[in-house]
Amino acid sequence: MVAMFVVAACGSSNSGGSASCSESQAKTATSASACGGMSALVAAAKAEGKLNVIALPRDWANYGKELDTFAAKYSIQITSDNPDGSSQQEVDAIKQLGGTSRAPDVVDVGMAVALANTNLFTSYKVATWDDILAGQKESTGLWFQDYGGFMSVGYDSAKVPAITSLDDLLKPDYKGKVALNGNPKQANAALNGVMMASLAEGGSLDDISKGVDFFHRLKQAGTFVPVQATTATVKNGTTPVVFDWDYLSAAHGKDVPGWKVFVPGNAVLGGYYAQAISKTAPHPAAARLWEEFLYSDEGQNIWLQGLARPVRQAAMQSKGTIDATAAAALPPVNGTPQFLSPDQATAAKNYVVAHWDAAIS
Amino acid sequence: MTKVGRPILGGRRFSLDWIGVVPFLGYAALFLVLPSAIVALGAFFDANNSLTFDNLAHLSRSYIVKSTIDTTIVSGITALLGAALGAILSYAIVTGSPTGLLRRIVISASGVLAQFGGVTLAFAFIASIGPAGLVYLFAQSHGFDYYAHGIWLFEPIQGLSLVYLYFQIPLMVLVFLPALDGIKPQWREATESLGGNTWHYWRHVAGPLLFPAFLGGLLLLFANAFSAYATANALINQGQPMLAQQIAGALSSEVGAYEPGFAKAIAVEMIVIVTLVTILYTQLQRRTSRWL
Repeated sequence: MVAMFVVAACGSSNSGGSASCSESQAKTATSASACGGMSALVAAAKAEGKLNVIALPRDWANYGKELDTFAAKYSIQITSDNPDGSSQQEVDAIKQLGGTSRAPDVVDVGMAVALANTNLFTSYKVATWDDILAGQKESTGLWFQDYGGFMSVGYDSAKVPAITSLDDLLKPDYKGKVALNGNPKQANAALNGVMMASLAEGGSLDDISKGVDFFHRLKQAGTFVPVQATTATVKNGTTPVVFDWDYLSAAHGKDVPGWKVFVPGNAVLGGYYAQAISKTAPHPAAARLWEEFLYSDEGQNIWLQGLARPVRQAAMQSKGTIDATAAAALPPVNGTPQFLSPDQATAAKNYVVAHWDAAIS
Repeated sequence: MTKVGRPILGGRRFSLDWIGVVPFLGYAALFLVLPSAIVALGAFFDANNSLTFDNLAHLSRSYIVKSTIDTTIVSGITALLGAALGAILSYAIVTGSPTGLLRRIVISASGVLAQFGGVTLAFAFIASIGPAGLVYLFAQSHGFDYYAHGIWLFEPIQGLSLVYLYFQIPLMVLVFLPALDGIKPQWREATESLGGNTWHYWRHVAGPLLFPAFLGGLLLLFANAFSAYATANALINQGQPMLAQQIAGALSSEVGAYEPGFAKAIAVEMIVIVTLVTILYTQLQRRTSRWL
């Protein structure tokens, strides 16, 4: 630190060991070392003093702790806008506010939105870049997956019988109790819920129609409710059976003691979200430091404590830096995980947009 | 009076009377005309900003047609029922003491409830009469299962209509009460002294006087329900029965169904429907107020 202040005071910038990171450098830095190293990045971020994030619910994947820890560790004030917003609203905010001091610095988006908006992002590779598998990142760092999990059916075992197969949900025991987390035409989690049902009911990653049929049958059997499942509806018992990502579902255990999470062995559908830094980030150094923090062992373990599976989980397991207690608390998954390709996701979306409303009304 | 006075006082002097209305016109231009124009123009452009009629053509998609029908039915039912029940309630208040406690309570409550909507209102219904709600569980344990034939609270027409009436009736009370207050008891006495009975009074005096205000309330209630979004979305998230929800769907999809031009086309459709209803209203208004 002392050395850095001396260098800064002398105003020399291009000497070999320069450890400062100017604003223009921070804007284009594609790694911490391109910004003079970690300590220079930290200093530049502290000088900016602020970070704008968007659409990060505090109870989603333990983001509350993630935000608080970062803010305290680096004395950076975080503005968290529209916490319940969607991925599309995140990129819309970049488009509408880009260039102003209120624009989002970083986004956490579903893959469809990440792939469609790479022109809004800037390349950055976190220090732990090599731990992320090649299929889970854009090669130059325009986006890189952060955490994910498997699609599951969560249920309150005190209110409904144990679920051992999706067909159970057609029984009268579940009348008026089954819900999705969102509308599959809009929400990624809900679209994957329908896709998981399709896999379980004889469809494939290329064919979501079996899933739409399944929900049509649920509707006819009177078990499907059109309310969006939220923490409130789960707590109050309106939606005691919910299709959702296992890490979000497991978090309901805090409010509902008998909450169980079931992942059908024949339909293990994985999904990851991705981080990206906005090209027009008003706090470029803080944005980069935020990513470094999220992909550090500390940041990854905080996600894990929220029952999300961090993207570096395998690497951290082999290095022994993983929070073993948190890892053991993850819902069990048996079966071969499957992942939607961008093309398959598009095809699924097109089918759902055209057929969903008719199927469940 | 002014017509007589004007030529003498003003002569051919340049009139500045219009200045008073400038702030209003400016406001209307900025917050009504401009946004409507932007939306209407946007409906003719695709994602790459090239001219297209596809957005409007897509309005024929089956789910938009269904939403249009559902939205219009829900708005129509809640406007008619809300206006009728609100008018009856207003009449009940007016016949009571003008400074009475009941009147003051109903007016304050209406002022609050007319603005009570959105997620809070939907959740209030879910938590009370919903399938896991207190009222339902109580009724069910006493042998009365009002969801035996399906959960109608989550059906667009029944569910939304019931929930919307919760703010539609108070709104009608607020807009209709002043009209009722304007009816003078002397008119009734005049009718009676001329040999008319209650029917004659309502048919020829009070009815025609109140009908324009009633129609105005009806139109306001229709537009109010037609454009409501948050309440519907919190109650019925799947199937998107309301057009406003379809707009949100096309604007905020994170799975790639992002069609901003199409969203604007749906908005144009809503503007057209409300315009048609407004034209119908002005025609009726003209006929009913002709004799006044």
